[in-house]
Amino acid sequence: MKILVAVKRVIDYNVQVRVKEDGTGVVTDNVKMSTNPPDDNAVEEAVKIKESGKAKEIVAVTVGEEKAQETVRKALAVGADRGIHIKVDGIIEPLAVSKILQKIVEKEKPDLVFMGKQAIDDDCNQTGQMLSALLNWPQATFASKIEVKENKLEIIREVDEGLETIEVNVPAVVTCDLRLNEPRYASLPNIMKAKKKPIEQINASDLGVDTKQRIEQIKVEEPPKRKAGIKVANVAELVQKLKNEAKVI
Amino acid sequence: MSREVMEYDVVIVGGGPSGLATAIKIKQLDTNLNVCLLEKASEIGAHILSGNVFETRALDELLPNWKDLNAPVKTKVNKEKFLFLGKSKSLSWPTWLLPSVQKNHKNYIISLANLCRWLAEQAEALGVEIFPGFPASEILYNEDGSVKGVATQDMGLDKEGNKKDSYEQGMELHAKVTVFAEGCRGHLGKKLIKKFELDKGKDPQQYGIGFKEIWEIKEENHQEGLVMHTAGWPLDNKTYGGSFVYHAENKQLFLGYVIGLDYKNPHLSPFDEFQRFKTHPSIKSIIEGGKRISYGARALIEGGLQSLPKMYMPGALLVGCDAGTLNTPKIKGSHTAMKSGMIAAETIVEKLKENKDLSIYEGKFKKSWIYEELHAARNVKPSFSWGLILGIIFTGIDQILFRGRLPFTLRHRHADHETLKPANIMPKIDYPKPDNVITFDKTSSVYLTGTNHTENQPVHLQLKDKDLPIKYTLEKFAEPAQRYCPVGVYEIQNENNVEKFVINSQNCIHCKTCDIKEPSQNITWVTPEGGGGPKYGNM
Repeated sequence: MKILVAVKRVIDYNVQVRVKEDGTGVVTDNVKMSTNPPDDNAVEEAVKIKESGKAKEIVAVTVGEEKAQETVRKALAVGADRGIHIKVDGIIEPLAVSKILQKIVEKEKPDLVFMGKQAIDDDCNQTGQMLSALLNWPQATFASKIEVKENKLEIIREVDEGLETIEVNVPAVVTCDLRLNEPRYASLPNIMKAKKKPIEQINASDLGVDTKQRIEQIKVEEPPKRKAGIKVANVAELVQKLKNEAKVI
Repeated sequence: MSREVMEYDVVIVGGGPSGLATAIKIKQLDTNLNVCLLEKASEIGAHILSGNVFETRALDELLPNWKDLNAPVKTKVNKEKFLFLGKSKSLSWPTWLLPSVQKNHKNYIISLANLCRWLAEQAEALGVEIFPGFPASEILYNEDGSVKGVATQDMGLDKEGNKKDSYEQGMELHAKVTVFAEGCRGHLGKKLIKKFELDKGKDPQQYGIGFKEIWEIKEENHQEGLVMHTAGWPLDNKTYGGSFVYHAENKQLFLGYVIGLDYKNPHLSPFDEFQRFKTHPSIKSIIEGGKRISYGARALIEGGLQSLPKMYMPGALLVGCDAGTLNTPKIKGSHTAMKSGMIAAETIVEKLKENKDLSIYEGKFKKSWIYEELHAARNVKPSFSWGLILGIIFTGIDQILFRGRLPFTLRHRHADHETLKPANIMPKIDYPKPDNVITFDKTSSVYLTGTNHTENQPVHLQLKDKDLPIKYTLEKFAEPAQRYCPVGVYEIQNENNVEKFVINSQNCIHCKTCDIKEPSQNITWVTPEGGGGPKYGNM
């Protein structure tokens, strides 16, 4: 089996994100960037499956600017075999990413495509689903447990009501939840070896995919600051305030 | 269980200006040497914090074409001010009356973090192997007692030290020469200084705690290239410290405060002094209408030449502020740190090629301009132990009339952990509440540092005696850790009338102040899991 894992470069989850003064986006200059956290889970799961002997090759792929390669390099350091970097600058929407990934799937012919359930920057949660539709493959989203069976996967999904167990046929697209596993650390020798593993660079424009934005972003602003609360002396005062000031009852 | 081993010619611990300059210089001198550099931060620069007004002298020597290489050294200082602050007034000191060491017209306002990232790119281009996210946690010795190298931290241990699923054993890096470039109060450097008695016959080291905030200020208040320093309020005459206010590019203001850690009053809170300082009319008027975008703090070295330990030992060298090469009156250490690294590099190459002894480092150091600088600067800091006013008068005579050539050397008498007086005889200080516009509390500040440590890991702030904080330090000194820690790691909590000393090690920003100031030296800072700690942007 061959697994394609998609990873995305995002602002590190520890960084306090700042909105640009002119409201055109968020500040990314001088900001620490990292791999989207659930994408780390996706890589880890692929590596675990390979270690169990059920997969032969893991290919890590990313779509983005030059530095997005760092996320592929990180995946290579924890066990992916080779990498693909689709170069494209500027904002790129989930539909375009799905279409690019579709082309890569057609080229690489993997049995499984893994990725994080959503990216922590735009929180879209769309790429996996759209890719499955484009490929006409089954999808399993929010996976918190994956068991590989003969030409099938048994997957436990994190849903609002609790846990749902489903079975999907291979080939399939799986999006991974943070509860799926605990990503390992890359060791020093593996980081060094990863520097020598190949990363193929492809320009998005060469794939014949239209990457132009379909969503017009009008303005980005900070959420309103929460006002400080007040203490009330008794229930009567609370009711009075809810009625007259907050006007909610 | 035996660990995996990697062999190098040179291993450098720490990716700050001294470590990176060492790495670059070694590769320039001999490209065939294998050089590896470890950095505990998740990326180079993420743990660096500095003013910074940068003197390019060392960089000019190391990479003379730094301008063509697009070094992030762009904003030239074009105006300088020095203010003495009273409670609401200020007195501007004419710059022609400043000692020449405090003149900055040839210098640049930079982000040291960005300079280090750029230096790392230069080093990597020369073939240096740089590994961020790997703290060196242990020194390895040969049978003859010489330094053999370092081991990196085990990753993926839980609070009790058990292995988690993600466990990854640390590994050994062996080197012909190991260079320790951890910065002020490096936890391995500290051990080496003790083991090899490198500070024998030297004065106790002196430290300060430096705070920095980056503000985006209104265009009309911003004057790119303006450098301002202040002394005086809110500190009293007996406490050593002052501020820096640098107008950097992109309407940013680098605003900071440094307080000598030899302060005596355990009720003093360096963090709150800094916050209070911003309410002074001459400061408030600059930042009003602006927005604070970054916060951080870091201890720095102030001891100078008297406290500078021997920088060589069998198999290893200390460089930069792991030894203590900061020039206190200049308020600069980046250029001296880099220079000390470059001298170390020459020493190492001569050792490896001509089999010379590492002790030649000392002679080279003494012949260089760094020694000349530090020698001329040596009497300034100790003179301030007489108070701000006498310190300034003496410094005027020493630096302006004699240019640092007075025929005697003042000593540092006490280590910083010895200077606190009992809480009951010292005045309590009533700090104003933060307004969340100009002044802030520690909770909202730590948020801006981006610091984090994986939750379930061994606590990296270790107590030698876990009962001491409550039994002794609380009663005698009102547990000053609650106040000297810039992010509120230490708290006294009262549970059912029982007082408890709580360590919120997750919030630690690796400033090392606790390791320095704890009156009984009861707190030891060790390396947490790799990648932990602050995520500073352009500090």
